[in-house]
Parts: sequence; C-alpha cells; structure tokens
Amino acid sequence: MQKLINHTGVIDNNWALIETVEGELPSGQILVPASYWLENLEALKGRSDVGIWFAADAQIAPFLALISDVAVIAINFPAFANGRGYSLARLVKERSGFKGELRAFGDVLLDQLFFMRRCGFDTYLLKEGLSGEKAVEYFATFADPYQLAYDKPEPLFRRKGA
Amino acid sequence: MYKYDDYDQRIVDERVAQFKDQTDRYLAGELTEEQFLPLRLQNGLYVQRYAPMLRVAVPYGLMSSQQVRKLAHIARTYDKGYAHISTRTNVQFNWPELADVPAILAELASVQMHAIQTSGNCIRNTTTDQFAGVVPNELVDPRPYCEIIRQWSTFHPEFAFLPRKFKIAVNSHETDDRVATLLHDIGIKIVRNSADEIGFQVYVGGGLGRTPIVASLVKEFLAEKDLLTYLDAVLRVYNLNGRRDNKYKARIKILVKALGVEAFAKLVDEEWQHLKDGPGTLTDQELERIKGHFTAPDYKVLSASSELKTQTQENKAFSNWYNRNVSEHKVAGYAIVTLTLKKLGTAPGDITDQQLDTVADLADKYSLGEVRGSHEQNLVLADVEESQLFALWQEAKAAGFATPNLGLLTDMICCPGGDFCALANAKSLPVAEALQEKFDNLDYLHDLGEIDLNISGCMNACGHHHIGHIGILGVDKKGAEFYQVSLGGKSGVGANVGKILGPSFARDQMPMIIEKILSIFVDLRIDGERFIDTYDRVGQAPFKERVYAKAN
Ligand code: SF4
Repeated sequence: MQKLINHTGVIDNNWALIETVEGELPSGQILVPASYWLENLEALKGRSDVGIWFAADAQIAPFLALISDVAVIAINFPAFANGRGYSLARLVKERSGFKGELRAFGDVLLDQLFFMRRCGFDTYLLKEGLSGEKAVEYFATFADPYQLAYDKPEPLFRRKGA
Repeated sequence: MYKYDDYDQRIVDERVAQFKDQTDRYLAGELTEEQFLPLRLQNGLYVQRYAPMLRVAVPYGLMSSQQVRKLAHIARTYDKGYAHISTRTNVQFNWPELADVPAILAELASVQMHAIQTSGNCIRNTTTDQFAGVVPNELVDPRPYCEIIRQWSTFHPEFAFLPRKFKIAVNSHETDDRVATLLHDIGIKIVRNSADEIGFQVYVGGGLGRTPIVASLVKEFLAEKDLLTYLDAVLRVYNLNGRRDNKYKARIKILVKALGVEAFAKLVDEEWQHLKDGPGTLTDQELERIKGHFTAPDYKVLSASSELKTQTQENKAFSNWYNRNVSEHKVAGYAIVTLTLKKLGTAPGDITDQQLDTVADLADKYSLGEVRGSHEQNLVLADVEESQLFALWQEAKAAGFATPNLGLLTDMICCPGGDFCALANAKSLPVAEALQEKFDNLDYLHDLGEIDLNISGCMNACGHHHIGHIGILGVDKKGAEFYQVSLGGKSGVGANVGKILGPSFARDQMPMIIEKILSIFVDLRIDGERFIDTYDRVGQAPFKERVYAKAN
C-alpha cells in the first residue's frame, strides 16, 4: 500500500484518483484529469467532492483563474528527475488563490520531499514501499535555505535582517 | 574573498549529512542505482570509465591557500596524488572511493568548500573573469554578483531538476571577455547606463555541445536589485517550457531558438512582472554585505621596479615568461601572474598534491594567500608585487608552473576524453601530448603567437573545441577513433563557432595536420597578424585546399 503523508505523519487517503473518466463519474471524493475538469467546468466547479489532477506536462495558465475553491489538486511526477511539477506547484499555490490541499503523486521519493514542501505541496503519496514514518524526517534536511519559496515568503537575506 | 557566516556553514554541513545518508542508503540497497544517480551527480560524483570522479566546486574560481592545501591533502589521502582543474574552474578528483566521498565532503566543509551542483541537471557553478577585481578597465568587480547567484542557486527548490544542466557566466570587463560569456545558458554583462547606474545586460541561450550557439540579448538593462527576480523568471520559463523528451534538445538554447528571441523575452518579461519588486529584490544591505567581502586589499604605494627591467634584459628565459605569463594589474607596482599547468608530459589541467601545496605556499608568500583557476585550466596569482616577480618565477619554474606558453599553441584546453570519461568517442589526452611533443620549440611557439587550440573527446564539448581558433573533436568512425578539425572559433568578445575543415583524420596524422595548418598560416600571414586574424582575412579555402591536397 502506498502511504500518504503530510508534514507530520501518515494520514488516510480519502481521494480516489481517476486516471481517465469513462461514462458516469464515480461517487465519493475523486480527483479527475485536468482536461476533463475544464471541459465540464460548469458542472464541476464548486463541487467539494471533485478535485483535479495535473500531468507533469500540463498547461496550467488556463486554470489559474478558476481553481481558487477546489478542495484538492494533485500534480504528477512521472519520474522524480522531471522537475516541471515544482514550477506548477508554485503557480497553483502562489498565483491562483487556491487554498486547498496540494498533493504530489507518482515517482515521489524521500530525497525530493524537502524541495516539494518548499514549493507548496501539503501531502505526498509516496512511491510503493517507502516508509511514511521515515519520510517525514526528510522535510527538515536544511533548516534555513537561501531562497524565498512558498514556505518562506522572504529570502534568507531578508529573514536574517529581521 | 567571501567568508561563510553561520548560515552558509550550516547549509554546507547539512549537505554533508544529507549525502552521507544518501550514500549509506545506496550502499545498503535502499536506493536503486537509478535513484541514486541524480543525487550523486548533484554532488559532483560521476562514475567514470575506471573509477568514480568527484568534482569539487570552486565558486568563480577563487580559492584561499588554506583551501588549496586541503585539496592537496585530499589528493594525497583519497586519490592517487593528483587533481585536475576543469574548464569550469572546478577541481576534479579522478580516483576516490564512493564510500570515502562523505568523508571527503566533510573535509571540504571544514574549509568552506563543497561539491554542490557541480553536475546534474541543475544550476552549475557560476564563472567569471579570472582577473576579476585586479585587471585594468573593469567596470566593477563581478564576483559579488557571482556570490549572490551562488547562494540563490544553491538548493533552489524549484530548479533542482531542470530539463538539462544550466550554466551562468558574468563578465564585467569593458573590452575583454575571458569567460566566454556568450556561450552560456545565461551570460550576464555588467554595464553602466546613461544615468550612471550599474546594471546587467542579459544574454540567454548560448552554449557549446552538439548545437553550438552564441547567446541572444534578451534584456538590454536590468537594474542591480532586480538580478535574482529576473533570473527566477528566466529559469521558471525554462523549467516550464524546455523540452524533456530529448536530451539533445533540452538546453535553453533550443527553447530560445524554437520560440524566437522576441517571444522568449516576452514570456520572461510577463513572468517577471509577477516577481519584480517582490521580496526577492536585492536589498542595499545585502548588496553591501556581499560586496564587503570583495574589497581591495591594502595595496602598497609602489613605483615601477627598476630591478625588474634589468632582470628582463639580462635573463631571456625570465623575459619570455614575463612577456607571456604576467599581465597588467590595475595598481601600479603589482602584476597578475598565470601559473601554467601545460607542461610536456602532463595532461592539461593536471596538478599533483605537492604542486598544490607549492601553489598554496607561493600564494601565501607572494599573493595575499589567494589563488584563482581559469577556464583555460591554469592557475592565477592575482596580486604579486613586481619586485617579487623574479623570485616567484624561479620558484614557479622549479615546480613546473612557469612554461612561458600562456595563450600560445601548447597552452591548449583539453577535456579528460577517452582515458577517463565514459562518454568519449575518442581519447583526447594523447593528441594533446603528441602536439606538446611536436611543438616544444619555444622560439617557434612565440613566433606563431597567440593560438587557442582546444580538444574535446566528444560532442559534449567539455574541451570547448568549437571556440578554439583550432578545434579538435574526437569522433567515432566505425569503431575507430578519428579527429575532426575546425578552424576560426573564438571565445572572446566576438565569440564565434569554428567551421569544420573537412573529413576527419586518424590520431597519428594529427601532429602532421596541425603542422600543415600552421605552416599555411605562416605563409599567408601579414606582419603581426595572429592566426585568427589571418584566418578571418583569407577564410577557410586556402587551408582546406592545401591540407587535403597534400594529405590525399
Ligand atoms: S567532451 Fe566528451 S569526452 Fe570530453 S570530458 Fe566531455 S563528455 Fe567526456
């Protein structure tokens, strides 16, 4: 079983990822493909039980004005070395008014968790086989990084001065 | 030079702990080969043909004598007694054991050094003029900006896994360009605008490799305080739009070309409007703090050394070296000395542990305890009193650093090639050695004048063959090692990519071919012309004709 974690420990995964929607939407809390969500915007916008998942190569711009009240957004990392999702995460969190939960899934390994957290992710569906308890230690790899990002709105040179 | 504060030191110490944990997990089988690969690469650890190679970062080429001694110690203790100065002014060890690497990193951290982001698809070491801060006609010292970029790029959370590697260079000289600025993913030229403010001209999308391209101007004038927000915008546009499906088309130069410079600049500008004047804007306080680490030392008031004049008149060998390897300093009575690492029988850029210790001693004795690396794989002592030059020369000569060939044919750039590098198509070091052997007559070399000869073992162009006046590229022809020659490349202000001469040659033909090219030059040159001047004037045709006419 893949473990879902937040920044303190393992949590329950209550959202089912629907890879492709065929026919009727399943019931329960679901994450639908971004393109499907956009095509069915009128029916889905405002539904608290429908979230969105983005592929790593998604074009995010058309969504930024529409997603402020979505409950969960998930971003896929098809391979951990594909870092496009970091920029997507920052745009979702910093430029859309989105206040929900941002989730990373796919090739989510321990050594990238620190960077993911900095870019605005809240939860992480770890790759099969990884321990959730061990994983949370990796959020604290560096105590006081140089750059500003979602987690620290000011760079070190401003934080230091404060 | 920049001295770490507690924050900087902590980040480097945390990195040591992080990499130790990663190595332990890899050795315990908890990380697969594939998962460990980018992690070790981001720490400069390659697995080469015969052993791992560790690349240590030397930010913008600057080292203290204490750091150089630490490198000597590492070469002696963990390697086979030598190190290699790379074309990105980093220092490489060719034979460390993987299990020793965490200990080596801990040693480095004790002298404010690291191997962070010296490889992998991330932002690499920023380079600048090896004469920064001491050369005449410099606008301002570029190194504070390099340090600001170093800190910003170190573990940048958004840009740790870019489509491809990313290199930035900064130049601040009004007329010279010793850092090949326009052949970088981002080339930053420091300029002064009409309001007398310091700022930057930003060029994007230059690079060597398979598709050599000179960078395009995307920002005419960027204010000093906007440096990092603008870099964030460029990198974000690249991270979102750069290709990830084909590693040969993944560099930012391909994106700039595909979109067109104007469209690319527009995308960056739109992104930048969101970041501009935000918290990423540099503060006066931070600019002052960083600049405060690079203030000029207390130079003595010296007059030109009369002794020096006599020494150069009386000693031909000293005068050769003085004319070649000593450059003008901005302060009267001081000089910049380049210690050449290009001696017959040693691979360009290679240096032994003992030589490293000697360099550190020379730096302490003659040059305020600092050493710099250059992208031509030499070392520089930047603050030598003219009256000390003769004494320094004697010591440097004894240590093998005073071959008076700076800028001449045998001061070549050469990548490690097939002897060490797993990606190579052909060996490069034996070609360099054969050429050094063939052209060891100093009078002949001086007569030929300045020639950049650069050798790469494959298309990745670590030896910068595209921008050599004479470029040599190792190619694979049905499993055999061949060499392609290009002429007319340039790295300086009018940077230019060389043009291929014609079909490639076997290795044993190379000294003869180069000799032929040189003799054609000697025939055609008009008094005082350098190789590249003659080439630019007559074009490739006479070279092509005569090289192939006789070779066939
Ligand atoms: S140019 Fe090719 S052979 Fe030479 S070091 Fe680079 S990758 Fe290796």
